[in-house]
Order: sequence, then structure tokens, then C-alpha cells
Amino acid sequence: MAEQFNHELLCVLSGFGGQGLLFAGKVMANTGLLDGRHVSWMPSYGPEMRGGTANCSVSLSDDAIGTPFITKPTAVIAMNQPSVEKFGPTVVPGGTIVIDSTLAMNGAEGVDIAEGVNVVTFKATEMAEEAGLKGLANIICLGKLWAETHFCTRETLDAALTKCVPATKQHLLEPNRKALQMGIDL
Amino acid sequence: MAQPTATITLPDYQQERIGSQIAEGEVIKSARPHALTDVVTNYCPGCTHGIVNRLVAECIDELGIEGRTVGIAPVGCSVMMYDFLNCDMIEAAHGRAPAVATGVKRVHPDNVVFAYQGDGDLASIGTAETVHAATRGEKITVIFINNAIYGMTGGQMAPTSLPNQVTQTSPYGRDVSKVGYPVRIAELLSTLDGVAYVERVTCDSRAHIIQAKKAIKKAFQNQIDGIGYSLVEVVATCPTNWGMTPQNAFQWLRDNMLPYYPLGVYKDVVADGFANAAEAALERAKDCPIAQQKRED
Amino acid sequence: MADNTQAAEERVLMKGNEVLAEAAMRAGCRFFFGYPITPQTELAAYMAKRLPKIGGTFLQAESEVAAINMVYGAGAAGARVMTSSSSPGVSLKSEGASYMAGADVPGVIVNVERGGPGLGGIQPSQSDYFQATRALGHGDYFMPVLAPSTVQEMADLIYLAFDLADEYRTPAMILADGMIGQMMEPVTLPPARDPKTLAAKPWATTGHKGERKHNVVNSLYLSPEKLEDTNRERFERYEQIKAKHQRQELMDCDDAEIVVVAFGAASRIARTAVRDARAKGIKCGLLRPITLWPYPTDAIDQVIANGATKFLSVELNMGQMVEDVRLAVNGRASVDFYGRTGGVLPTPEEVLDQIERLAAGQPVARSAGAKDVGSVLPQPIDRKSSYERGE
Repeated sequence: MAEQFNHELLCVLSGFGGQGLLFAGKVMANTGLLDGRHVSWMPSYGPEMRGGTANCSVSLSDDAIGTPFITKPTAVIAMNQPSVEKFGPTVVPGGTIVIDSTLAMNGAEGVDIAEGVNVVTFKATEMAEEAGLKGLANIICLGKLWAETHFCTRETLDAALTKCVPATKQHLLEPNRKALQMGIDL
Repeated sequence: MAQPTATITLPDYQQERIGSQIAEGEVIKSARPHALTDVVTNYCPGCTHGIVNRLVAECIDELGIEGRTVGIAPVGCSVMMYDFLNCDMIEAAHGRAPAVATGVKRVHPDNVVFAYQGDGDLASIGTAETVHAATRGEKITVIFINNAIYGMTGGQMAPTSLPNQVTQTSPYGRDVSKVGYPVRIAELLSTLDGVAYVERVTCDSRAHIIQAKKAIKKAFQNQIDGIGYSLVEVVATCPTNWGMTPQNAFQWLRDNMLPYYPLGVYKDVVADGFANAAEAALERAKDCPIAQQKRED
Repeated sequence: MADNTQAAEERVLMKGNEVLAEAAMRAGCRFFFGYPITPQTELAAYMAKRLPKIGGTFLQAESEVAAINMVYGAGAAGARVMTSSSSPGVSLKSEGASYMAGADVPGVIVNVERGGPGLGGIQPSQSDYFQATRALGHGDYFMPVLAPSTVQEMADLIYLAFDLADEYRTPAMILADGMIGQMMEPVTLPPARDPKTLAAKPWATTGHKGERKHNVVNSLYLSPEKLEDTNRERFERYEQIKAKHQRQELMDCDDAEIVVVAFGAASRIARTAVRDARAKGIKCGLLRPITLWPYPTDAIDQVIANGATKFLSVELNMGQMVEDVRLAVNGRASVDFYGRTGGVLPTPEEVLDQIERLAAGQPVARSAGAKDVGSVLPQPIDRKSSYERGE
């Protein structure tokens, strides 16, 4: 299933502001940069600076990217219920949706998700807190999505994560790596 | 530096008018300052713009700064000032001279940059630019001509028109209950921390003209010395739009303008014992810890 | 994260707005005057952080009106200078832009457009096309208007904008939108130029130092004949710009019968739609104007010569650029319009639907999601004269 989308990953990452989805999107976009692919990272932007809904669209492609706003994603990470409801129905058959059911308690239940979509539901936020990785549920979800889709090589993924942790926050690199591994190992 | 002595060359038409009194080639004292071009100004008889233009030019000459001075002309009766002065000049949009001056000064901090503005320009349409250039402490010099009326457009009510003053747009006299009170710029700007020096002068007599020149020169010297934003407000006449003879206009200025706009120094950080506006501002905010923080840059 | 210390050739991932700022500095711009507004914020923030470190000046002005007049002053003093804003703020800059044009003062104005009129919205829009291309402000003038559609073009075009502004002594505009401004894409930044190496500006008001006659930067001419002469001289420069600097991208236009015309964000959506239409066997191409002024009329001529019979202008407004397409086509082919407004973006599927309708000879919808929009907007003109119709 993964190979089918290897030439193009169109991913929407969505949740509440503060859950780190824009950061997870940047890690994803940087894998494309490192691999020399066409990349776009498009955030939603609006008046709410904190706590509101936040999503971004990441396109990785071997061809020039048209619209950076993704209407038919091949992958979705949804970390709250409104995100599952909004983006779940847009995933194309053969695509993947990763749902953090800590906050999206109903998961995909009652959401009109196309047949043939790979639905992966687990309590990422809860896992992160239990493992002492508070605030890194985003990276756990990213790891899980990578495990399901292999949108790049493992080496590239690690390098992108390293690149995205700023020099002033190097102490966060190890916890991020742990979270990524935890998602992959799920 | 002594007043230069020079041979005056009059344009043809002026020779026709006054040629009988001044012969071409005659050596006279108190010649046109170098910073003033030989273009005949467009000012009305009895208008004080001409005097102030000349005072600015004399100060530029005496300070020896013509080669590094950039002037900003306003919109108003002195709009053509770029033709009257020999330094580099920029014509600004109505009210925007302080912003244009800011742009020039930031690019060439060693240039001497001045704005010359009337009351409609500086105190109405350009109030925001005026107040903010002042509070930023832009190291510029502003010459403000306050004649309580819009001259060029034909005598409309100005932000500085006096209560009950009759103008084209206040035909029954300025009704303060409906249109409010005149703006007193010298007083207003003297409250701002960025301002180094504000003085209000006038040009109705020889003594006052001498004082006006002293103030203008000081406003330029402050800039040269990096002391801060300096403004000289000149209470001026507009005989044409006031509907008076020049003599009566000066009398009206003494009777009505000066009581409302008292002459004097409104702020002078150097006289107050500070090196510059920044030092004075620091002292004023001495009880505010964050304002006292030392900067690394 | 964006890292701006890398070598020039390296590909980096950066936001469009930040790239505008970085590339402007590399073009030799050391002065920025602006006022906060969404969605161009990152540009000003980047300038505020970086400019003081390279000996430049970032100044947050009291208003957009003041900011553009500071640009006028700094430009008159000979510096490479810019300001940026978004639609409502650009309206306030129109006064200063007119004075800059009238006094032949170079400078760059960035408009990261949002929806309007009035306060409008903050989502991507192209509602300021008329304002940008017809003269931003009063008077008889134009300015080069460049429309990036990728983050890479944000870099390339602002670099070009500074060069055009200086060469032709004119303000120049980057007309971007919230999409290109907010998105991150890989970009190769242009080489950094030392402002000292740029061509001298003998007309600038720098202080004459006793070495020349005094310079005057001015847009006032009380003699109508003098003003006419000045304007005519400026329009001769405009003709040179038109002859030398029309820019566009053509995709699949060699055999295209239907040509979609779109710029900026709309062209991204149109690109996807055109590809999908080709996949369905429709002979369709994309003409993407890069210069909105001068409008790439030569390219319109070229695609008509190649056999294009139908044009579809796709815009994020209610139909503005379509007028330039009609002027350039001048009756030689049909011209239709499809757009969404207010910050709503059309989907590629919507645009594809219109292309399919055109291919099938059906009328296009003009704006999906709107009630009866088709009936209130002018219908395609029957270009035959009454004589030709036999009336």
C-alpha cells in the first residue's frame, strides 16, 4: 500500500494549536528537502494565536507541486475530534489516517471515511505522558505515520528531525528521537 | 562669520521695477546668502515666509553646511521652496515632510536634514508624522510656520486658527463648541521625550527676527551636535487671507496671536543641563526600571 | 527552521515572506519602513531581526502613510529601500507611491494580498490586481508589478524588482498573496550584493558637497506643458519596460486549444487542473503571467499563433486580470473567467470542471458556490457587429 504513494505524499496534520503539528509538518517537509524532492509546507493561519485549531498541509513530490492546499490527502494526522471529522472524509482510498484518540476520544467512529483507507487509532498523548515525553505526541504520530507509509528513508527521517530541533534546544533532541522510535515501534 | 559682501545681479524684470534705486554692479552689504538662489519668491507682500526662508539660508551659510544639507519642502505657500534654496531639496506630500526627512536622515546620518512646514501641513494632515518623528527623537530640524490659516488654497480654517477667527470655512468665526480649539504645537511637542528643543518665535520686529534666527540656528546646531529633534515655531502673518494690510496684520498678530501662542523656549534639554534628549528622557523616567536598562548594542 | 547563514547555492526550506526579506537584503536593500499587518508579518519580523546586524535600518513607522513617505525619502537619498504591507495597508501607501512615480524615485513595495474590500479578510486573495496594475494612487503612471507563484520566485523577483526600480527610476511592486507568503518551499537564495557596488545615483539628494548644482527631487510642475513633457518622458521609459521585460511561464501551450491564464496562488491551483485536463486528453495549457505590468501580451499573441481559441482567466477575485486578457486577445479568441473571492480558494477540481465545460462548448460557471452569480455578471460578448449578424 505504501509504495503506491511513494512518488507523492500529500499530508494534512491537524489538531489544536500547541500540539506541535506545524513542527511535525516541518520535519516531514525537511525530509523532502534533504532528498531533493519538491516540497511545500502550508500552514493554516488566522487570528487565534494559541489554543485554536491549527493545521498544515505538507506535499512531498517527485513533480512540481501545484496547489499547496491539499484537498485529497493521501495521509492525515488528526490529534483532536474536529480534525478527524474535517479531514477524515477527505482521505483518498489507499491513504492513511493516524488518529490520537486521547483527545479524539471517538476516533473514526461515525466519520465517513472512504473504504480502503488505513485507519490507525491509538492514544498518543497518553503514551507520551506515561513515557515522560510530555508534548511529544506529535512526533509519536509522525513516527507511526512513517511506519505505515515509509514516505522517506529512515536515515532521512532521523536527519530531518535532527535538523529541525534548534541549536538552542538541543536538550530536546533525545526526547524527540525517543518519541519518534516509540511511534515507529507501535 | 561676517555677512558676505557680494555683487548683486538682479533679474531683468526686477531691475525694471527697482533699478532706479539699485544700480547693477553696485556693491552692497547684506547680500543674498549663498544658500538662497536668485529665484524670486512667490510670497505675498507682508508674508513672513520670505523672511524665514532667508533666515534658514543665512543659518545654512553661517554654519557652513550647504553641501550636506537636504531640505524637505511642504505643500502650502512654501511649496516652491526647493527653487529658493541652493541645498539639495525634496518636495514632500502634504504633511509627510517629517517622514521623508526620517528616510533621508536614516540613509545619510551625517547630512543635515530639515523640514519646513506650515500649520495645515504640520498640525493637521501631518500631525501623526509630526508627533512620531518628534517622539522617535529623529535628529532633524523642523521649521514650523504658524499663520493660523491655509494660505495657498485661499484662506480656510487651519488647526491653529484662533477661536472666533473668520476664515473661508469658518465664515461665522471659528466656533470652538463645534470644531474645537487650536493646536498649540510648541506646548504639545515639548511633552515628548524625543524632543531636544522647542522654541516659539515671531518675525514682527527686528528684535524678534534676530531672536527667530538665533532659534533657527540653534535648531540646526542641535542636529549637527546630535542632541535630538528640534523645532522652531514661527508665529507668522498672512495679510492676504487675513484680509489686512501688512502693517495691520502684524498688529493683529501682536494683539491676538501672541497672547494665544506665547513666545519663548518650551523645551531645551541642553539648558536643562543634559547632553542630549536621550539623557533627559532617561532622567524623566528614573523610577521606571525597564526604561533604565542598559542596552548591549 | 530557516537558516540564513548558509552559502548562496544551498537549497533551504523557508517561508515565502521570510524569503522576500532575505532576498531583498541580498539585493542590497538596507532600509525597511513598514507597519504591522497580517499576512505579511514574517517579512517585517525577519527584517527587524536581520537588518541591524548588517548595518541596515528597520523602522516601524506610525502608519503605512508614514512608511511609504520614509521610503520616498530614503529612495530620494539614493538607497535601496522597501516597504511591505497587505491590501488595506497598501491603499494607504498609494499616496506615497504616486509621489515616488512622479518624482522618479525607485523603491520596492510588497503587497501580500488578502481579501477585500474594506478590512476584508486575511486569507489569500488577488483582489488588488486593478490597484496594482492600473497605478497605485492618483495620476498618470504605472509601475512594474511582479507576481511570484513559488517561494523561489519570491527570491528571484524581489531581486529583479530592485534592479528594475533603479534602472528605470520607478517604484516597483511585488504582488504576492497569503498563500505564497505563508508557505515554505525549498529555495536557492541569490548571491548577496554589497550596496556599495551598485550603480551610482547622481540625481539623489545626498548633499551637493559643493561639487555640483543642487539636486531637487520633485513631482510638482505648475506649467502644464512641463508636466506633459515629464509624463511623456516617463512613458517612453514605460515603453522600454514593455519591450524588454514581459515575463511569463508557458506550460503545455505548444498545441493548446484552451489556455488557462492565472498568476500567483491561482496559478498553483490552475497548474494542477491543467495537468489533470491533459491527463483526460484535453488540449489545454497554462499561461502564467510573471509580470502583471507590463502584461505579457506577446505571449498571448504567441499562444494564439499556436492555435489557442479559448482563454480562461482563473483568479482569486471576481474578474480583474480577465480584462487584460481580453485586451491582449482583442477578439481573436473567446475569453472566459472563473474565480473565487473573499479568501476562498477554488479547488483544482472546480477549475478542471470549467476546462471540461469549455472543451465541450458549454458556458463556464464564473464562480462556483455563489448564487446566480452568472446572471449578474456580464456574459461573454458576441463580437460580431450587427452587420455581420445580418441585423
